[in-house]
Amino acid sequence: MTLQGARPAPATAAIFELRLYVASQTAKSMAAISNLKRICETHLAGQYRIEVIDLTKTPQLAAGDQIIAVPTLVRRLPEPVKKILGDLSNEDRVLVGLDIQPART
Amino acid sequence: MLDERPPTPCKAPTGIQGLDEITGGGLPVGRPTLICGTAGCGKTMLAMEFLVRGATQFGEPGVFMMFEENATELSANVRSLGFDLEKLAAQKMILLDYVHIERSEIEETGEYNLEGLFIRLGHAIDSIGAKRVVLDTVEALFSGLPNHAILRAELRRLFRWLKDRGMTAVITGEKGNATLTRYGLEEYVADCVIVLDQRIAEQICTRRLRVVKYRGTAHGTNEYPFLIGERGFSVLPITSLQLDHRASVARVPTGIARLDEMLGGKGVFRGSSVLVSGSPGTGKSSISAKFIDAACRRGESALLFAYEESSAQIVRNMRSIGIDLEPWIEKGLLQIHASRPTLHGLEQHLVMMHDAVRAFGPSVVAVDPISNLALDGHDSDVKPTLMRLIDFLKQLQITTLFTCLSSDGGATPEDSQLGVSSLMDTWLLLRNVEFNGERNRMVYVLKSRGTAHSNQVREFVLSDAGIDLVDVYVGADRVLTGAARVAQETHERTAAEMRRQGHQRRLLRLAGKRKAIEAQIAALQAEGESEAAEMSFAIAQQTLQEQTTQQSSQAMAQLRGGAASGNGRIKEEQLPT
Repeated sequence: MTLQGARPAPATAAIFELRLYVASQTAKSMAAISNLKRICETHLAGQYRIEVIDLTKTPQLAAGDQIIAVPTLVRRLPEPVKKILGDLSNEDRVLVGLDIQPART
Repeated sequence: MLDERPPTPCKAPTGIQGLDEITGGGLPVGRPTLICGTAGCGKTMLAMEFLVRGATQFGEPGVFMMFEENATELSANVRSLGFDLEKLAAQKMILLDYVHIERSEIEETGEYNLEGLFIRLGHAIDSIGAKRVVLDTVEALFSGLPNHAILRAELRRLFRWLKDRGMTAVITGEKGNATLTRYGLEEYVADCVIVLDQRIAEQICTRRLRVVKYRGTAHGTNEYPFLIGERGFSVLPITSLQLDHRASVARVPTGIARLDEMLGGKGVFRGSSVLVSGSPGTGKSSISAKFIDAACRRGESALLFAYEESSAQIVRNMRSIGIDLEPWIEKGLLQIHASRPTLHGLEQHLVMMHDAVRAFGPSVVAVDPISNLALDGHDSDVKPTLMRLIDFLKQLQITTLFTCLSSDGGATPEDSQLGVSSLMDTWLLLRNVEFNGERNRMVYVLKSRGTAHSNQVREFVLSDAGIDLVDVYVGADRVLTGAARVAQETHERTAAEMRRQGHQRRLLRLAGKRKAIEAQIAALQAEGESEAAEMSFAIAQQTLQEQTTQQSSQAMAQLRGGAASGNGRIKEEQLPT
């Protein structure tokens, strides 16, 4: 499942390549997905790509990104790689973790 | 229902020498076992060997999930033990999974669980059909994940999950200050706990293993020394001692003919143990060298453990007493393992000896000297260790010669034998005797089980012609050896010679006398003979005279009587009576 930013990205800004690892459609997974989408839309409009990986369906992918906890959000780009564990319910910490400047409202 | 006894848990053999004996068959099947200990005590090696032996010997594939080393490092580390992980991985018998968490790249927000780890492990197990799982060291997660409450709950769930999946699991953990593991894993893994320990006594490190807990089964409770050798882990259970070895009636010569004579004429029994003890410089090493030399001469293989001299030094020094060991080494009949006793603890030496004996399969083993092995410990440690060694060698019917250094002063030589003399079948005692400004070596057989043996003290002579035993001079009130013995012998020889010459002189004199008497007899006889001759001559003369007289008178008568008388007879007849 791949979600694309709704609006075209500004040419100068870096593209955020994000992967969210979940294990089946649990409440926690669903919360993480919706939290991530909301945060990205708010702060990274048009600059992000999200890939959601369900490890129950593709367990072989867990080793590649050294996943042990779910949900885990991996920022693959821009480097360095960053990982955020949990359901992403704390927006500020997600922004710190992803190293994103909050968009001014 | 209440009367039913819970079934004894099945055991998964580890294939590790000694450990299966202690645990009565192996680790509990389908349950997790905790192996804990300080850093560098061999937890990973034990866990790895459990997996490798499971895969190679018992056909049980295994997953090794590591949290500290990566697969390349681990493969390199265990290759020294002869485990080829790459090959086993290619055969799908072992799967290595490296779980790495970089604390710096992790942020937490909200709730999570370790389902990812479960999925990974589950996937690994399914992909090779694993029966065994190792988690090494799962505690590393504590430093990677900030939320310990979640981690603890998840680990508890993980161990439960492993049990449910029927995995025979080994979980390693670092020893904590007051607890068995730093993060208290023993709370979750309660079926079997094995503690590894490495202790340093007088700069020598000895590793020990103890089964702290093994639910539902009897197990050895002692601390057992173990070590990681060339062929992996080995544990030495003291309890495996059994006195059931065979007793051979065949004899093995010691290589010194006169010594064999002292031992009932044929030497020692095959498979027996010989102790040669004595103070420094009494010739213990020479006897052991002669012993192995004799074995090699018979075409048997021999193994020498030397703790004082290097291999080359032994070869050189033994040449000085006419023993050339080099050809045997070249032929592969003789192996010399020389090492410093301080290199390892006593147990490690023992295991190395085990390994060397198993690999080489000699028929004769010499240890020179065992007393050096005892430097690190108390006598109480040495005895069981040596007992294990002796029993092991006896089981293999290997004839063994141990030398033992005893101090010259103080206690009698009989006292200072590490308490091992009772384990030995034959005990030769070498002594230095100082007398008349020189020291001489003496040897006697203190005991020899099952053989008639001499009670005599012999002098032990080392020369470039080899080793020989010489009868000592036992006088009225003293025993003489060396120069004094030689002097005494010379003295006796001279006295005997004098006596012999005296006899001869007397005999000569007697012969002379006899000759003189004979001469006298001859002279007398000659005198007699000459007298007799004279006598007969006189008689003959007289007779002749008489005849002559008669004849002349007849002639006269004839002349006087003429024809008238005819002859004398007629005349006489004619004469009137």
